[in-house]
Amino acid sequence: MKKEYSKKILDEINAKFPEVIIKIHSPRRTYISISREKVYDFVEFLYKEKGFRFSIATGIDTRDGIEIIYHFSHDEAGTYYNIKVLVPKDDLKIKSMTMLLPATDWIEREIHELLGVDFIGHPNLVPLLTAETWPADLYPLRRDYADEHKNIKIKKKLWEES
Amino acid sequence: MRRIVPIGPYHPLQEEPEFFKLIVEGEKVVDLEINIGYNHRGHEFISQTLTWDQIPFLVERICGICSDSHPYAYVLAVEDCAHITAPPRAQYIRTIIGELERIHSHYLWLGLAGHFIGYNTVWMWVWRYREPLLDLFELIMGNRNHYAINKIGGARRDILPEDYPKIEKYLDLLEKKNAMFTNAILDDPVIRARLENVGILSKEDAIAYGVLGPTARGSGYACDIRKDDPYDAYDKVDWNMIVFEEGDVLAKAKVRLIECNESIKIVRQCLKNMPDGPIETRVDEIPPGEGIGRHEAPRGEVFHYVRSDGSNMPVRHKVRAPSFMNVASNVVAVKGYSIADAALVLAAVDPCYCCTERTFVYENGKKKYSGQDLLKLSWEKTEKIKRRYGK
Repeated sequence: MKKEYSKKILDEINAKFPEVIIKIHSPRRTYISISREKVYDFVEFLYKEKGFRFSIATGIDTRDGIEIIYHFSHDEAGTYYNIKVLVPKDDLKIKSMTMLLPATDWIEREIHELLGVDFIGHPNLVPLLTAETWPADLYPLRRDYADEHKNIKIKKKLWEES
Repeated sequence: MRRIVPIGPYHPLQEEPEFFKLIVEGEKVVDLEINIGYNHRGHEFISQTLTWDQIPFLVERICGICSDSHPYAYVLAVEDCAHITAPPRAQYIRTIIGELERIHSHYLWLGLAGHFIGYNTVWMWVWRYREPLLDLFELIMGNRNHYAINKIGGARRDILPEDYPKIEKYLDLLEKKNAMFTNAILDDPVIRARLENVGILSKEDAIAYGVLGPTARGSGYACDIRKDDPYDAYDKVDWNMIVFEEGDVLAKAKVRLIECNESIKIVRQCLKNMPDGPIETRVDEIPPGEGIGRHEAPRGEVFHYVRSDGSNMPVRHKVRAPSFMNVASNVVAVKGYSIADAALVLAAVDPCYCCTERTFVYENGKKKYSGQDLLKLSWEKTEKIKRRYGK
């Protein structure tokens, strides 16, 4: 089989979800942007109807909000579909997919503790990686945390020199 | 009546930090809770503070066993982001190391599995033939572990033509021994009785939990990045994907054993068809954008995602190791089996909690090498390697 994007699947996506923005990066990598409200249906469509394999999700702290990318692999064609969703900072909520797709359980917990996104409907949203004593309102992968961290480091150095 | 049997936080058999809470009724396991995070080191965060060229050395240290897989997936991600292609010779070198690493990792698991079920003969046998492979790594790359062979746009070290016969000699030995292991292990009635129909993971569960690698292929889900999304030299060599339908521990063992044969085939073909030429391309800068790299590690698909803003560091670097998906699937695989089977089932996915231990050498009750001595030894070795490569 030719290992490239099939136009058929992209056309189907376009027909079913006309508002998505599709960007083809290379023959086997594409990025699809979709709104927060539609992403659950879209993931359901990819997983249930098209049989794509959920690979992982990535959370990124950006200027406009927390961006979540759901990475799906279409193993038969060897192609990769990355679904981008933007969650605004003043309303960090998104529908959980754990009941639909058990594979998302751990990664939703991880994004919740590292970036502070609430997954509505997750059965067990407790920290996965951080210690039990870690403060609940401190999100280590946020940009502002990184800035604080830098200052702490520099201060320590100055103190050592003096 | 329900009771809880805790395994961990320090696994007594695997010597790795994890915590399994087995909820049992009598002898039967009815539920499982998994706690991880004892070894969380914040690699994704550290990665955002390092330059593109420093990161391969960081991600190599995520795992001591698959220390080629993470940098491999990372450089593929950056090359995807910057639209770079490594020169053909570098592609072949990276493929060879990736496959040799698969053999070493599968043998490690096989030895441990033998040890788990009380077959220490298997353990000693298998590791006896894993040892020359580590020597081979040392010969090619200067290190038994943490090879540092991957580089954005190429490979850091060449495989010298004078080393080809040594690699081939080892492959000849391994082919014979692998056939011996396969027959000995699969024909042994006791091992069969112990592993067959234990810890069955159905194909539907395998897909729902997104399991990868031998765990998925043992459950009949044919997913191998080397075939599905071929990179480097994998589409230029001839090999087969190994899939078994049963989903039990024996099927996973079979996948790993027979896969070693395929790896031998791949390395042989790569050595035969190895093109001449440079081993690296010049990489000036990484443009703004995104890149995804996938590599089929011994345990399954390693996934790296990088986002660049055009500076000398990534904005975000996401790492997903295959065990992250595989370990979560234990919740369904272990249900309904006895406690005695549980330890085996939990180990069958070849979990990797990413820690390696350090060694001291003692002679007559006295520590033989101090830190300074080890440093001196490593300098001497670097000099030796420099002389070999004529630098």
